Amino acid sequence: MSASAQPEAASGQGPNIADVMQTIAEHKGCGTSGGSGKASCGSGAGQGDLPTEIWEKVKNHPCYSEEAHHHYARMHVAVAPACNIQCNYCNRKYDCANESRPGVVSEKLTPEQAAKKVLAVASTIPQMTVLGIAGPGDPLANPEKTFKTFELIAKTAPDIKLCLSTNGLALPDHVDTIAGFNVDHVTITINMVDPEVGAKIYPWVFWKHKRYTGIEAAKLLTDRQLLGLEMLTERGILCKVNSVMIPGVNDQHLVEVNKAVKSRGAFLHNIMPLISAPEHGTVFGLTGQRGPTAQELKALQDSCEGEMNMMRHCRQCRADAVGLLGEDRSAEFTTDKIMAMEVNYDLDTRKAYQAKVEEERVAKVAAKQQELETLAGEMSDIKLLVAVATKGSGLINEHFGHAKEFQVYELSTAGAKFVGHRRVDLYCQGGYGDEDSLETVIRAINDCHAVFVAKIGGCPKADLLKAGIEPVDQFAHEFIEKSAISWFKAYLDKVNVGEIEHVERGDAEIRQGALITAA
Amino acid sequence: MTLKIISSQCTSCSACEPECPNVAISEKNGTFVIDPKKCTECIGHFDSPQCAAVCPVDNTCVIDPAFPRYQPPA
Repeated sequence: MSASAQPEAASGQGPNIADVMQTIAEHKGCGTSGGSGKASCGSGAGQGDLPTEIWEKVKNHPCYSEEAHHHYARMHVAVAPACNIQCNYCNRKYDCANESRPGVVSEKLTPEQAAKKVLAVASTIPQMTVLGIAGPGDPLANPEKTFKTFELIAKTAPDIKLCLSTNGLALPDHVDTIAGFNVDHVTITINMVDPEVGAKIYPWVFWKHKRYTGIEAAKLLTDRQLLGLEMLTERGILCKVNSVMIPGVNDQHLVEVNKAVKSRGAFLHNIMPLISAPEHGTVFGLTGQRGPTAQELKALQDSCEGEMNMMRHCRQCRADAVGLLGEDRSAEFTTDKIMAMEVNYDLDTRKAYQAKVEEERVAKVAAKQQELETLAGEMSDIKLLVAVATKGSGLINEHFGHAKEFQVYELSTAGAKFVGHRRVDLYCQGGYGDEDSLETVIRAINDCHAVFVAKIGGCPKADLLKAGIEPVDQFAHEFIEKSAISWFKAYLDKVNVGEIEHVERGDAEIRQGALITAA
Repeated sequence: MTLKIISSQCTSCSACEPECPNVAISEKNGTFVIDPKKCTECIGHFDSPQCAAVCPVDNTCVIDPAFPRYQPPA
């Protein structure tokens, strides 16, 4: 880890503040011992070594707990179109219904429309526990709209947790208001702590009636972001930090960012790949700035993991996303449809449904624990990745051809650890397989040894085997982690008796284009 | 004595609206417009026109040559 730290990046951080904040961090951040298979709060399977009061806050939050995201849903309401900074990876001019990435929305809402939408969604999707405001601009550049929305929702749906995502420029001015609305989760996007790096990412910021550019702008932004983060964690508000990994610009520097935010009490770090297709019209898209490969992203996340918990299950979702992460239902809840909906917000029904979800969660954890015991005593250095087709609940319950993404687990003798997901175009559209899209699926999971599915046809099965990826359908509708561990145990046995030879796999591609949603 | 918003470029992000010290900006037919009777180019308020400074799309909030430059009262 020390080898990847960049000495030139240290200038962005005042040493005395860091010392002071370290004390806070020791209580707030949850220590992980790194290494694969270790439970960690953001991406782990359960409470792990997380203090109970923090676990209570995150356990039903899909964006803060990897395990929760199989069971609980969130929604974003697009009430905040204005922004006070410009980022080279963002283009707010672009908007498409089939696109899934931050900043993209189909329609903007007033706070009143947003409150109605939350009630409509919460009545339809009882496992919806979290309401977030994440743009398409910056929620705190639209403080009136953002806080009015919170006010209305706190009144009508008091069981729903509120959270927001901000660039941090205006954050210090609003920390008290955020605390006053009982917002207990805030995400800050921090891409640098060194203004020299920041000048390559942010062309300008608008603060106190002036537009700042270059290093001056980046310095202002980083100072305000870190101050806002400190102020939030001092008040016991849980903070996640998002960072966009831009190869050649801030990729190595993010190790430094990770240290800086950890020392200020951030609880979870989410390093996301840059999305920069030319057709998005962003500055980075147009200048040909590439995004990272799957293995580059994983290597950076792994190198930061000893420092703090890393989020691996982020879907970089739309600013008006609805539903489980990775399963966007926003098209079902357009303003027209909501206004026509009969809303019956029944708190008891929601609670009863969520109690059932809890039972399923407990069963899943127990099954995994049981299976883990069979690995006890196994000694092997083999670590490999497997992909899983799932539509939630922690089960292998998706047809290979219907999967819009695959969840990737790293298997070792320590168990199964979630390390990310890979978006793909649907292989099976309209009932027949498409050769080209099978190739893109293989490219997306090319670093995996096996793919777990509920069902798979004969043709793709043969092609996957040819590419060196074993299709596994014997665990259909069983728990993911339990099945993966069981498969891995059998794999190790076969290697041990010489039946198969373990070979390393190559790299994989992160899908950049639009998400093609099948009707 | 006014700036105007080029509507074909406006993304309707609303960033300009709350920044205008003269409350000259409002939404009309999906994009934002500046009331020329109220715009003072921010002279007397700020160093630069606020709508142009906060607008995410360059050359969208521009001086309207149809109106003579604003002269603050002597």
